[in-house]
Amino acid sequence: MTESTNSEWRSAPPGEAVTPPGEAGSTLVGGPEEPVSPEPPTPPEQPGGKKKVVRLGDRLFQGVATGSGIFVVSIIAAIGLFLLVRAIPALHANEANFLLSGQWRTGDPENMAFGIVDLAWITVASSLVALIIAMPVAGGIALFLTQYAPKVLARPFAYVVDLLAAVPSVIYGLWGALVLAPVLKPVALWINGTLGWIPIFADGNVPANSGSNVFTAGIVLAVMILPIITGVAREVFERTPSAQIEGALALGATKWEVVRTTVWPFGRSGFVGGAMLGLGRALGETVALTVILSYTFEGPHYSIFDAGATFASRIALGSAEFNNHLTVGAYIAAGLVLFISTFAVNALARWIESGSGKGKK
Amino acid sequence: MRTDTADLERPASAPAFQQLGLGRKIKNHTATVLFGLAFLVAVVPLLWVLFTLVQRGLAPMLNADWWNHSFYGLLPNDSGGGIYHALVGTLEQTFVCALIAVPLGVTVGIFLIEYGRNSKLARTTTFMVDILSGLPSIVAGLFIYALWITTFGFDRSGFAVSLSLVLLMLPVVVRVTETMLTIVPDELREASYALGVPKWKTIVKVVLPTSFSGIITGIILGLARVMGETAPLLILVGYSRAINYNLFDGPMASLSLTVYTARKTSTEAGEYRMWGAALTLVLLIMLINLLATLLSKLFAVKTR
Amino acid sequence: MAKRLDINDLNLYYNKFHAVQDVTLQVHARSVTAFIGPSGCGKSTVLRALNRMHEVIPGSRVEGSVLLDGENVYAPGVDPVQVRRTIGMVFQRANPFPTMSIRDNVVAGLKLAGVKDKKRLEEVTERSLRGANLWEEVKDRLNKPGGGLSGGQQQRLCIARAIAVQPDVLLMDEPCSALDPISTLAIEDLIAELKKDYTIVIVTHNMQQAARVSDQTAFFNLPEVGQPGQLVEIGETGKIFSNPSQKATEGYISGRFG
Repeated sequence: MTESTNSEWRSAPPGEAVTPPGEAGSTLVGGPEEPVSPEPPTPPEQPGGKKKVVRLGDRLFQGVATGSGIFVVSIIAAIGLFLLVRAIPALHANEANFLLSGQWRTGDPENMAFGIVDLAWITVASSLVALIIAMPVAGGIALFLTQYAPKVLARPFAYVVDLLAAVPSVIYGLWGALVLAPVLKPVALWINGTLGWIPIFADGNVPANSGSNVFTAGIVLAVMILPIITGVAREVFERTPSAQIEGALALGATKWEVVRTTVWPFGRSGFVGGAMLGLGRALGETVALTVILSYTFEGPHYSIFDAGATFASRIALGSAEFNNHLTVGAYIAAGLVLFISTFAVNALARWIESGSGKGKK
Repeated sequence: MRTDTADLERPASAPAFQQLGLGRKIKNHTATVLFGLAFLVAVVPLLWVLFTLVQRGLAPMLNADWWNHSFYGLLPNDSGGGIYHALVGTLEQTFVCALIAVPLGVTVGIFLIEYGRNSKLARTTTFMVDILSGLPSIVAGLFIYALWITTFGFDRSGFAVSLSLVLLMLPVVVRVTETMLTIVPDELREASYALGVPKWKTIVKVVLPTSFSGIITGIILGLARVMGETAPLLILVGYSRAINYNLFDGPMASLSLTVYTARKTSTEAGEYRMWGAALTLVLLIMLINLLATLLSKLFAVKTR
Repeated sequence: MAKRLDINDLNLYYNKFHAVQDVTLQVHARSVTAFIGPSGCGKSTVLRALNRMHEVIPGSRVEGSVLLDGENVYAPGVDPVQVRRTIGMVFQRANPFPTMSIRDNVVAGLKLAGVKDKKRLEEVTERSLRGANLWEEVKDRLNKPGGGLSGGQQQRLCIARAIAVQPDVLLMDEPCSALDPISTLAIEDLIAELKKDYTIVIVTHNMQQAARVSDQTAFFNLPEVGQPGQLVEIGETGKIFSNPSQKATEGYISGRFG
């Protein structure tokens, strides 16, 4: 115990030296010698000290890991950059207004005229149709799986919904064009006939009974984005604090009232975030729409019975033309617009999602 | 007097359990029915698609030639032929994709959880992985076209396809690695450090083995997902009806590209082949999903 | 083997939070030193600083020195990995590696350090398990996963794992807090045996345990909430429990707070 009494005996000087504990590190280095240590004074570990021993293996491994993180970040930057660099020459050679024109003539690099306004319409219209159908259904499924389905069945049921995401889009395309479209014909004709006075349901640039229009495409897209929205919604609804649910139950609320007063307000913004993710997926979906939508040279009538091409399907259809830099550049310009829009939509979705359940009542 | 008898007939106290109001009851039941129906609405297209595939695609698969022949030399109206050329392409392209995406993705996951926790770079990386997971496959194809073919001057090839698939698979691998590493309790890492094991060895020998089952399952599910991709293939590789084993040279078939291309042969034989290829693709994907489940059971951490 | 520890002016931080202030104490070779004190007083933090486990937590910082037989474990040029090989640790919750068999758990430290000699690994397995009083219970199922053992057995497996690398000092962070009384007794017996060969520092919430197993006891306390924890006093266990020199110690031991 000699040493410990020793320290008590000497308690005055170190006690004083340490009164501002925050500065202790810096003052001790050049300060008076350490009284207690039998060894020569050793510099205390500095927070940013470079003398820290790190093993070679650790340094290598950390370097590789950090490098891979940087690599992923730079991939996204490279995508934007490469698309931009390749699009610029084509945009210079473009004889039409890229943002406002509806034509797409890119075969001859000497005489190109292309614009995205029609592509934008078909893309947005089919995605919105999909979203309008998929959102309520996905919300319903998520509530069913988290709040209503028996616990034993909830998992297999969720697996079934996830299976929808495992079906390749080319197969949805075939199914939509060859199986679903004929079935939808009478529905399309009825909507067009009964509600045709509303512009959005009026005659499109192809006959309403052709099946290869935005209406069919939107329904198929809805099926494709259903598992995405459901997955996110399920996750947030599941996170509803059970104390809140039990609180509502204890007040004598019915199941529906519990859902309406606790689960839904808690998960609403997460659900919207999920819907945005679905929208991002729908905007970029390619092959299913390439198969379903028929191509027409007539401009759109701004109806859901229009046919045409989305950004993505226009690029896929044009792959046969990929034989010179300028022509490819035109398609890359369209791809760049698609990249920017999906980037924005996805970023928004993550932002909404990350706010879900926080600061909510 | 009447009122008095009425008072007498009334129960001494209110019933213990009051009946729910009719309106509340109806609302509650309507909601239950609607949510259940929503689930059925999702099941219908799934079963419908699967039924269509089996109904129209089963016949070609029952022919032995289907599994070891290609479409080489077939005229539009010729029946017969097989899917071998496309199977080769699909398997080679996804395998090479996995060869690149898995080590890269796992390393990124390790960075995010073991090294980067909450650093600025880690947050940026997580965000970029999110963006990458929402990247339209056609844009991935265009980017590889702009990089590999326009800039580097290579020809279209199966390998270019593999590269574009890497972009689509990478976020899946990163996510699953991240999730599985988060589950590994810190106590195991500390136990290893306390034995004088360096951090990198702790990660490789203790942390990764503990999360191996989950990571391998996620990777295989991601593989199944990219296997069905078609969009980047349209611009990155030509279709070949013959067998091509070389990933680096010449046109190469794959199952999804075969489905897409066979659609243009609008004959009975062409449709027959198209549905056959489609069912083959879905069966392959299901098989791989099954494999994932089996592997996850096989590698699960045992306690007995 | 067993070496002494001299802790001098140890100050520990988590980011800006000053967790422990000015700890100076000695741990004698081949003895058991117990750290006691109320929750949050920093006793576990001090323990973790002794083998540089404190710095595993991001944002943590250490000032002062810890001398192992006169050598500062915090001196520049000292590899923390080497320090932890010399000063082993047993944790509050048993944490055997779930992917490894009982045998592999015991020799994990050696195997991961690159020892491949089968015969030596075999010897170390038996010696360590015997040392941890676990050999008789598990000798027939060495290839079974360590996760299948009971909580007390798992904790003894972790002790076997820690002594398999033949450390000079063994740190134990509330090793019995998750165990039932019978398993606790087994661990306490084990500690009494281990101190013949090892220097042991044990953090415990259980004062009877400190009184039973330790030779000297250090009492840590928080002067006030939000302030750094401090070492109030250290002395022979008998003296601390019968006749402490500080009022705070007496109050804590007699159960008036904490």
